[in-house]
Amino acid sequence: MKIGIVVFPGSNCDHDAQHALSEILHTSAEFIWHQSPDLTGFDAVILPGGFAYGDYLRTGAIARFSPVMIAIARFVRCGGLVLGICNGFQILCEAGLLPGALMRNKGLRFVCRHLHIRVETTATPFTSAARPGQVLRVPIAHAEGNYVCDAATLAGLKHNNQIIFRYCTPDGRLNPATNPNGSLDAIAGICNRERNVMGMMPHPERAVEAALGSIDGLVVFRSLVQSLARQPAAAVS
Amino acid sequence: MKAHVWVMLKSTVLDPQGTAIQQALASLGHAAVRDVRQGKFFVLDLDNMDRAAAQSEVERIARDVLTNPVIEDFRFEIVEDAKPALAR
Repeated sequence: MKIGIVVFPGSNCDHDAQHALSEILHTSAEFIWHQSPDLTGFDAVILPGGFAYGDYLRTGAIARFSPVMIAIARFVRCGGLVLGICNGFQILCEAGLLPGALMRNKGLRFVCRHLHIRVETTATPFTSAARPGQVLRVPIAHAEGNYVCDAATLAGLKHNNQIIFRYCTPDGRLNPATNPNGSLDAIAGICNRERNVMGMMPHPERAVEAALGSIDGLVVFRSLVQSLARQPAAAVS
Repeated sequence: MKAHVWVMLKSTVLDPQGTAIQQALASLGHAAVRDVRQGKFFVLDLDNMDRAAAQSEVERIARDVLTNPVIEDFRFEIVEDAKPALAR
């Protein structure tokens, strides 16, 4: 099993994601340069956090035209698992691989702190090791995490159980005061209809060992690794 | 020739930066400003080409790259250079 971590100019959470996979979960994780047009040999792909292309124009707007994104679109069509974290979520939305968009935080500020998110569904390869309703303490670090989409898209997300994480109180209740960025419906993470692509604004890779203040993010990577172990590798490219 | 492209958040999308600017203006005494929307303005310097070709090229650029259609709208105009370009 081998998981690829895409490196764009400006990615800065790529090593954290690799640390979570290789050091903590003892799973092979290799970097993929954004110019690579080929994902042969990879069983899943992570788009890490950072500021790809300096966030110029819009977050993710230039990164989505990288050669690797054409390969990722193909990978997704073949059922490959793709996880976008923070800037990776923004890139997946810009690329049209996830619905909606991430706008400037309602409070206009860059928000960097630990908070709580609730696992809204475990019926994804990225949350299958979690308990339904489990509350995770994980950090966010973004200025553009304010999820928006039109009413029809939101209705579709709800109907198809595509909302994976919502910002919540420490005991798992929804409360407007715990929404850090103005996200529609307190959305912190969603998946596509086919459930093989997930994007989330919080950083699970920064919550994988006690020294980091929380190990709650591990459940995302553990789910991914267990899902890959259960199913034969997706037919890639 | 040049193209001027304006990109604005859709009217249905809240604009947190515009709201902050409106509030700042109000606190400076500009009470008549009811609302502010902040957008982007691009100037594209183009090779001289047929006007219709420029229209379709710029429209494609604005739609596919400069705008996120989920949250933004655009408009553009093609502007002829004020002086004829000299031979380079």
